[in-house]
Amino acid sequence: MSELRVDVTRAEPRLGLSAAPHLHAADDTARIMWTVVYTLLPIVALAGYFFGISALLMVATTTLAAVGTERLTGGSGPVRDGSATITGLLLGLTLPAGMPLWMGALGGFVSVALGKALFGGLGQNVFNPALVGRAFLQAAFPTAITTWPQVGGSFFTLRGDNFALPLMGAQSDAITQATPLGLMKFERAATEAGALFFGNTGGSIGETSALLILLCGAYLAWKRYLNWRVPVSILATVAGFSAILFAIDPTRFPTPLFMLLSGGLMLGAVYMATDMVTSPITPLGAWIFGIGIGLLVVLIRIWGGLPEGVMYAILLMNALVPFINRATQPRVFGVPRKAVAS
Amino acid sequence: MSGFSHGVHPPEHKELTSGVRIRRMPFPDEVVLPLRQHAGKPAKLLVRRGDHVERGDMIAAADGFMSVPIHASASGRVADIGWYPHPDGSMTEAVRIVVDRYSAQLPRPRLVPQWEGLTREQAIAAVQQAGVVGLGGAAFPAHVKLAPPKDVKIEVLLLNGAECEPYLTTDHRLMAEYPERVLYGTRIMMHALGITRCVIGVEKNKPDAIAALRAALPGDLDITVQPLTVKYPQGAEKMLIKSVLGREVPSGKLPMHVGAIVQNVGTVSCIGEVFETGLPLIERVITISGPGVRKPGNLIIPVGTRLRDALAYCGGLTEDAGEVIFGGPMMGAAQSDLDTPITKGISGVVVLTTAQTAAQPAYPCISCGRCLDACPVFLNPSQLGKLAQAGRYEEMEAAHLADCMLCGSCSFVCPSHIPLSQMFALGKTALRRQKAKVA
Repeated sequence: MSELRVDVTRAEPRLGLSAAPHLHAADDTARIMWTVVYTLLPIVALAGYFFGISALLMVATTTLAAVGTERLTGGSGPVRDGSATITGLLLGLTLPAGMPLWMGALGGFVSVALGKALFGGLGQNVFNPALVGRAFLQAAFPTAITTWPQVGGSFFTLRGDNFALPLMGAQSDAITQATPLGLMKFERAATEAGALFFGNTGGSIGETSALLILLCGAYLAWKRYLNWRVPVSILATVAGFSAILFAIDPTRFPTPLFMLLSGGLMLGAVYMATDMVTSPITPLGAWIFGIGIGLLVVLIRIWGGLPEGVMYAILLMNALVPFINRATQPRVFGVPRKAVAS
Repeated sequence: MSGFSHGVHPPEHKELTSGVRIRRMPFPDEVVLPLRQHAGKPAKLLVRRGDHVERGDMIAAADGFMSVPIHASASGRVADIGWYPHPDGSMTEAVRIVVDRYSAQLPRPRLVPQWEGLTREQAIAAVQQAGVVGLGGAAFPAHVKLAPPKDVKIEVLLLNGAECEPYLTTDHRLMAEYPERVLYGTRIMMHALGITRCVIGVEKNKPDAIAALRAALPGDLDITVQPLTVKYPQGAEKMLIKSVLGREVPSGKLPMHVGAIVQNVGTVSCIGEVFETGLPLIERVITISGPGVRKPGNLIIPVGTRLRDALAYCGGLTEDAGEVIFGGPMMGAAQSDLDTPITKGISGVVVLTTAQTAAQPAYPCISCGRCLDACPVFLNPSQLGKLAQAGRYEEMEAAHLADCMLCGSCSFVCPSHIPLSQMFALGKTALRRQKAKVA
């Protein structure tokens, strides 16, 4: 025994004493957030292809504003978690490329300051921060946010009055193009599904290619970085509800395919509604949340005053999340289902 | 049926020792035997300082039914009776025996009980007198499970060979190398319980153990070996019952309320040994593994061997060793004192590196729901965690904190590195203290 004795005494003071479990899965919150950021980059790049440098300027502006606000409000720590970067990118993607940049910057500030920091920071906010910023801009600048530039043209041509001075408004002499949903709502003209699928239509920066957004969402779902139940239930509800309407009166209601591919539905279903903080934590809750959003989107688009309803549908359902969570608590192992409901 | 819902997949790391044969560690210079090595009342001391004891002699007697005796694990002299470090982190009364270097370490001649002739009560007494406890970790006295209350009907004996903790291969090697002994113990347990059916649950990552057990199955007993999904915590009693029988043990109840008795395969093997050699529980198989130890292996060690001696026999710690854990890395307790003895219930020593145990940055809860997908008893760890941070323990109790078995799956998956199960352990302790105060 003695010849086998190895002196391990020296090791003792450096031994750690953490509580179990001592192993941890490799994923962390920062990695999840930054992966979402990386999957948004191809969507931004495609928007740059369609809307030129204006789109990139706008997304860069909202992102810088959001990250800067996070730094001002959150102290030194949470910036590196990447959530403010996501907020800024998503806000930029919901805006028209030709909007004055100062409005975008203001939106980025509102997103993080009012949408997140006031609630207590990451994890505490009730509403999707990017959509809070967009709702603010929609209320403050209703004209600028619905002035849609035309797809195509030279990359370096500005798509509007990006460099308008603050509080001066846009001169708006750029060539504009109605969005597919606007055409449908106000002129009853359908847009070809192929154009919607690949993104060659007017609209917000990120309302371009349904295909690309679906691909990025599929990757995130495969990595389990988003809850697949949310986009699947939203898209299925929109498809189902609008199919019923289309069957009742094909001349009055658009096709389900048009409803699915147009407007901000894809971006909203894949990237906005799936924000973990503002969506239900239970699997059943996610289904309820998604179905609710799907129904509201169709209701607002068909019967509401606005051509597009994704933003308000998500914000309304965000408000219900605490109640959905409470109503859909999991059944505890070894406890009959009835006992939980009481 | 071979699985349960939810659970997690920690890296298994079993390859370090899964192919290493069990070998006997030489007797250390001294052993330290705490009087409290089992759930229940500590044993009552029988020896005095200076006494000479032979290997297998009883040095402390059972104090009531919920207690077991302690036996000398080596021949030698009682050098001291005093306070020694305990695996749970406290100091405890223990007997230190200086091992006689020139002893052959042979036990005294003894009668081996013949199980066929024993009544149920005699078999239970024989198991208790041998000091047998659950070897899977909880160290629950084995004879108590052989004596279920009269009003419950036991249909099936479930042997737990899942061994779902990373690194540990104690039960794996035991089943692969000593299947006859496991099955002999099984026969005695079935006899004592008066039941005819037994299922041995083994995770599929141990094909050699499954094959060895199947090859050794006796023709006259209804024993089946059931391969189980490789998933943590497959070896938790309630999960094993769900996987094998498809039954849920009701909240707050025991396995016997769904007609099952669960026993670890190591414990059953120990019972087999008692009726084979007449020797009480004085040694056990243990895995010493992890990247922080130089020569990982599976050892038979005398109970009471100090951590320091066992690690030294395995080549000592590496330069980057960061934490020494009794049990597996998911539920085991980190040790600060290398003089702590390895008691009856310790199934493994895992040494992790500083890189593995480095503190990770914590983020706020982002409600990703991974803990809900992981929790094998379907709790809402996210919500429980928020209640724990606010110190709202009564509300945690209403949210079924008592059903949490501290398996650590929620903490394992949490991307924000929130110490969920750690806080639940604190919550359970706080609630116990509150109740003790009220009572």
